[in-house]
Amino acid sequence: MKLRALLPFSAFVILVVLLGYGLTRDPKEIPSPLINKPAPEFNLPTVKDPDKMISQEIFLNKVTLFNVWASWCSACRDEHPLIVKFVKQHRALIYGLNYKDDRSDALRWLQLLGDPYISSASDLSGAVGIDWGVYGVPETFLVDKKGIIRYKHIGPVTDDVLNKEILPLINKLEKE
Amino acid sequence: MRQLLLFLVALSLSLSHLASQAAINIYKFDDPVKKERFYNLIGQLRCTVCQNQTIAASNADLAKDLRDKVYKMIQEGKSDKQIKAFMVDRFTEFVLYNPPVKGSTYLLWAGPLILILIAISILFFNIRKKMNAPSEDISDGEHERIQALLKDRQDGKND
Repeated sequence: MKLRALLPFSAFVILVVLLGYGLTRDPKEIPSPLINKPAPEFNLPTVKDPDKMISQEIFLNKVTLFNVWASWCSACRDEHPLIVKFVKQHRALIYGLNYKDDRSDALRWLQLLGDPYISSASDLSGAVGIDWGVYGVPETFLVDKKGIIRYKHIGPVTDDVLNKEILPLINKLEKE
Repeated sequence: MRQLLLFLVALSLSLSHLASQAAINIYKFDDPVKKERFYNLIGQLRCTVCQNQTIAASNADLAKDLRDKVYKMIQEGKSDKQIKAFMVDRFTEFVLYNPPVKGSTYLLWAGPLILILIAISILFFNIRKKMNAPSEDISDGEHERIQALLKDRQDGKND
């Protein structure tokens, strides 16, 4: 009889645990299907020099960060100083994907906030963004020496993400 | 009053319908089958930015780009399956409002059926228990007397 009385209560506890799990997960974070896949191909002009094209070959033979940014994106503005600091401190290699941005706005943004990127590709139409599965700028990818995507962060990076997730992974991939 | 309410509901529905149509009526098709496929597809793909809207209903930039992409792929003669595969390759199965039946989604598909089965068995169990339980219209004393009488009768039969 006592056991029976406990039944609704335990059902309630199970429900609370399940809902708690569901509610504390971030629904914005869709696992990327691109992890462990080759970087999608692209061929885009750089922001600095529209006559110069860069492609996914920039990723070969080095461990590279690839940061999707835009001057209209306020979260990018928040993360930018952290990226500038990180790149300077650890001599990390980073390319940018300037997503659906006006070139003159992008140039002004880089001049104002600093340019940590070796180069930024200008994806005016957002077509390359779609190929990379970009849906929430900023996004940051880590690509290994063979041009394989190994990590993706959606939304602005924080010091914690940079130092506790990205930096150890860069060090590990450097040794591969 | 009630009519006014109905009118308002109808008005807001038609307006929201107009709004969602406004964003997508720029697509021109020479083939009505392609048109049908286009509207069918964009109604089945989830906008990854706004998450609870399809790319047909959303006004987000990305939703617009994805509608353009679907339109382009249909015009290029790609099949529905190819277009869905294209989206899944980039944004995972999360973009499908109708997830495929497979290992990781069995629980999702079977869940409601399992819950209904559990509910029916509890209901069945309780009904059977009620049917076997002594009627509540008689008091304990009466119940004892009935049992005694029945026993007497059975004893009598056995003789």
